[in-house]
Amino acid sequence: MSVVSQAESSIPLRRRSVGRRKAVDLVVKVLSWLGAWFGIAVMAFIVWEVIVRGAGALNWDFFTQSTPQDFTASSGGGMANAIVGTLWITGVAAAIGIPIGFLGGVYLAEFGRNGRVATSVRMVANVVMGVPSIIVGVFAFAILVKPAGHYSGFAGAVALAFIMLPVMARTTEDILNLVPNELRESALAMGSPRWKVTLGVVCKAARGGLITGATLAIVRVAGETAPLLFTALSSPYWMTGLFGPGGFFGGPVANLTKTIYDFAGSPYPYLQQLAWGGALVIIIAVLGMNVLVRLVFQRGKKW
Amino acid sequence: MVGTKVEEPTQIQREATVVPPRLEVAEERRGGDEDFESLPSQISVRNLDFFYGKEQALFDNEIEIKKNRVTAVIGPSGCGKSTHIRTYNRIFNLYRDQRATGEVMMDGVNLLSSQTDLLDLRRRVGMIFQKPSPFPMTVFDNVAYGLRQHYRLSRSELSDRVEHALKRSAIWDEVKAKLNEPGNALSGGQQQRLCIARAIAAEPEVLLMDEPCSAIDPVATAKIEELVLDLKSRYTIVLVTHNMQQAARVSDYTAFFFQGHIIEFGPTTQIFSNPAKKQTEEYITGRFG
Repeated sequence: MSVVSQAESSIPLRRRSVGRRKAVDLVVKVLSWLGAWFGIAVMAFIVWEVIVRGAGALNWDFFTQSTPQDFTASSGGGMANAIVGTLWITGVAAAIGIPIGFLGGVYLAEFGRNGRVATSVRMVANVVMGVPSIIVGVFAFAILVKPAGHYSGFAGAVALAFIMLPVMARTTEDILNLVPNELRESALAMGSPRWKVTLGVVCKAARGGLITGATLAIVRVAGETAPLLFTALSSPYWMTGLFGPGGFFGGPVANLTKTIYDFAGSPYPYLQQLAWGGALVIIIAVLGMNVLVRLVFQRGKKW
Repeated sequence: MVGTKVEEPTQIQREATVVPPRLEVAEERRGGDEDFESLPSQISVRNLDFFYGKEQALFDNEIEIKKNRVTAVIGPSGCGKSTHIRTYNRIFNLYRDQRATGEVMMDGVNLLSSQTDLLDLRRRVGMIFQKPSPFPMTVFDNVAYGLRQHYRLSRSELSDRVEHALKRSAIWDEVKAKLNEPGNALSGGQQQRLCIARAIAAEPEVLLMDEPCSAIDPVATAKIEELVLDLKSRYTIVLVTHNMQQAARVSDYTAFFFQGHIIEFGPTTQIFSNPAKKQTEEYITGRFG
């Protein structure tokens, strides 16, 4: 006690100025506000520009007709074959990439944890996530297109799946790590085997986040162009079934992103307009999926 | 407690699941008057050491958990109470760096042996955790979880048993209209009783309770304490608690842990009124811990 009171009496405390702290507070607040609104403004500008320029292209033909064979046309034709092709390629990519990525993430979070295997898998996943997507396209070209001797929608799907894999695995791992350990322990304490605890309790508890993660993985690849350049290529025609030169496995498949790339770079105004329309469709689809997932997630939250 | 038109569930094992009348607990449960040696033991622990990696957390623990009695485990934070009871259902096996050596005998078998079937062990030794942890499913499915896991039951048997477990856990009246709602929608105290119902539905022999009341309010705590007294006629209960009044209120025997050692173990009356060791006395009178 005596030490404290001596200190109090001999050295008077000097107050720091309050005004300075308030000023710094204000500056940080304004800067972060500006940062946030700059991001939102850029985003809004992009969306607005695409809506203004693309909305004119959206009509019945756009969603029902194949891309115009006559480049100089000023009406008719649409993007339907490219939309269908993109749905196929992305769908098959999701069917391959999501289950494998999910199981990989389950391994990392539940079984491998900090073991040597898990640590190296995690590191590889992080590295692969940073690989430029065009390199993934070249990789798919080397293992699927070159041996087969032709481009194919399937090769494109595999390239996209390859991009999804590490994203899905790491997202799954992160989300499962958020599930409290008490839940695992109490499910194990009921005499459940580990796989049942993992799938029936832990993943169920995390399913909102898992669905969000899967959707974001799909959204992540839905707009990819580079991996398709060497794989699905593109085509002015409808996909004709699964096999054969016009089929999903047998030849180039029309897709939105590559078609947008081709049409946007063409000198024909009508094709350019179709490209804006395609861009608008992609943006709406991506935004729509995000919103949908959030709604589902909110509803599932009460579990 | 049981509605008249509810039929007793059919037998799964052992005796029928008759709800016992509320026990007249005050005098005869204290353990002080009974002959400790002649009471049957449910679990006998000898030379139990426990390691977190290289760090030893339990030292040469030795204790007899008596059948159909409530054994309280008390001691300051970090003394090894939870670690000790987590060997009884081998839940520590979830973590690779945790290791127990010695003997935890139940029915003449060492539970720590690698031959132990963990799934069956955990059917026999249920556990309630500090934080209520309902599974992400309906109230009904929560309670049915262990039943479905371990027994073949018809639909009607299953719902009878779920109802029965909820009644024995003194929560039926509060949830009977909410059986199809998510377990997480209940209040904290209700969630904990739901977890007790889930554990006892699977017909365990031993119920481990790891500070079951530390995350819930006093009213819910009182309900759970009452429940513990009610359940001990059918189950052997091991209760870890920070609350010495709680230990004194509900337990027959008490073990005092300190720094990984069992300092003193005996009838609750004796531990609280006339402890043999100085450390026990100091802890109980609040001089440390």
